Amino acid sequence: MYVAVKGGERAIDNAHRWLEDERRGDRKVTDLSVDQIKTQLSLSIAKVMAEGSLFDPELASLAIKQARGDLIEAIFLIRAYRTTLPRFGVGQPINTDKMIAKRRISATFKDIPGGQLLGPTFDYTHRLLDFKLLADGSIDEFEPGKDTEQMFQHVTQFLNNEGIIETEETSSSEAESPDLTRQPLEIPANRALRLQALTRSDEGFLLGMAYSTQRGFGRNHPFVGELRIGLISVEFEIPEIGFNIEIAEIEISECETVNQFLGSKTHPPKFTRGYGFVFGQSERKAISMALVDRALRWKELGEVSDGAPAQDEEFVLYHGDNIQATGFVEHIKLPHYVDFQAELELIRKIRKTAFEAKKG
Amino acid sequence: MSNSEEDFNFAYLDEQTKRMIRRALIKALCIPGYQVPFASREMPMPYGWGTGGVQVTAACLQETDVLKVIDQGSDDTTNAVSIRKFFERVAGVKTTENTGKASVIQTRHRIPEQVLSEDQILVYQVPIPEPLRFLEPRETETRVMHALEEYGLMHVKLYEDISINGEISTAYAYPVKVNDRYIMDPSPTPKFDNPKMNFCPAIQLFGAGREQRIYAVPPYTKVISLDFEDYPFEASRAEKTCEICGATNTYLDEVVIDDKGTRMFSCSDSDYCNSQKS
Repeated sequence: MYVAVKGGERAIDNAHRWLEDERRGDRKVTDLSVDQIKTQLSLSIAKVMAEGSLFDPELASLAIKQARGDLIEAIFLIRAYRTTLPRFGVGQPINTDKMIAKRRISATFKDIPGGQLLGPTFDYTHRLLDFKLLADGSIDEFEPGKDTEQMFQHVTQFLNNEGIIETEETSSSEAESPDLTRQPLEIPANRALRLQALTRSDEGFLLGMAYSTQRGFGRNHPFVGELRIGLISVEFEIPEIGFNIEIAEIEISECETVNQFLGSKTHPPKFTRGYGFVFGQSERKAISMALVDRALRWKELGEVSDGAPAQDEEFVLYHGDNIQATGFVEHIKLPHYVDFQAELELIRKIRKTAFEAKKG
Repeated sequence: MSNSEEDFNFAYLDEQTKRMIRRALIKALCIPGYQVPFASREMPMPYGWGTGGVQVTAACLQETDVLKVIDQGSDDTTNAVSIRKFFERVAGVKTTENTGKASVIQTRHRIPEQVLSEDQILVYQVPIPEPLRFLEPRETETRVMHALEEYGLMHVKLYEDISINGEISTAYAYPVKVNDRYIMDPSPTPKFDNPKMNFCPAIQLFGAGREQRIYAVPPYTKVISLDFEDYPFEASRAEKTCEICGATNTYLDEVVIDDKGTRMFSCSDSDYCNSQKS
């Protein structure tokens, strides 16, 4: 009974101690270090940083350790920490043309200036369990070639030079880039706010939404114009010294899709765009985000909505946050017996009336 | 977790955030029953555990306050214990189980049986602040409905309840009209508690963290449960007597006490029950 009179406090303390014990697990096995998580579970870290909206691999590793590998719990730890940090300003817009990419591919052209660079991808691995890893983890070091040290022009730029894809608008002021973590979400949202919500949305939710558009619920026929993963620098202007300084170098995944065109007799058709941007190496999510971004743009592109879930801004933005979702879904395990009691009384009364009516 | 109080600002939230919440609270008190959007923060407990109530309490607390926390009417439910401990740690305020001695009472699902006073604040934890949500899922629509006082849908729902079941089949979170203007969700309190909200001397504040809304009922404000002339509102309870204190006028918990399903009834408000015993 979780409401044992006067026992609640002791029960909670004991539950916490038990939880810590289970987290540590068998003491004969070496304690997992935060460094090991940081260097060997980097894709988990990418997810925690992206959905926690905080780029800090060290803290993400700590959160994963503390959460026993439950990534949503780890994201929650990061969010709860992040919200206590002061917001001291807005960084300069990131220029992904200047990315030092370790992966960069285009599905729309056979070859592109700079070349297709596969990078460390699972794509062409055969998904066979590697039993060698059970015994011996030693792997030869790999030295990437010089190709990985250059910057690449965006592939969509080649289409843009020809004028056959819409030009991306850049927001010019802070007011156009609202902060979801400091203002309540209000619908309709502008694209900047939508993208902000999507990049911290749950990967699985976005994947399902993106998939639904491909299967026909709000179809918009995407090509991956370019997918790139690599390091970019973050700059911040310090008012006192009057110029930008680099405050961080972060790994990000970026996906630009080229989507079906629209046009009329008077306006020649153009390709349209979807955009995905996620912390870390998270290309599944970057692609999903681009598809959902494009699906949500129907109104500004003058299209007619199919009424599909992925086209519904309120539906997507209100339900993609896994911390909100997990909290509300799981809260039904808290005591609700007062409400249940009220329902019991009501249903007994209604049933009694119904039986009496039947008899009478 | 071994953090001491010094690691946190008083009552956990930073002063800027508390100011933002207080502004929302003042607006909410000025427009009784109106849902004010606020920039709810992630708290160190999950959404659904009372993050809205906790933020409102944090914004109200002063060092001299005495805090009481109840869940399902009881001070000893796990979540009430957890929230009380949270404020003991991050605000260092005095806590009490005695309803009369508390200056701030945070509650989930109940209103205390003892009549509250002018120098008390009752903070409700709210899961879904929108009373029209289950009739219209879109926030964009329901905001317009409130603005236009377009409440026909709700009355139709209540009417349909009567035509199907012979009475209004809402047992908790029973909708109220505040100050003759806004329809408001009283949070999932049993409808037995609704009359206590009407002309209540205490300030009633409602916080919905995940939904980012705050609303309020100022002291001595009219709060009427929706009904029809021929089907008047009825504050129902189990027609039993508390087997611990003998009270016949309180909201009762029904507890199964053996494998045969024998029931025992006792007050849901544990502090009230204790005070009646002694």
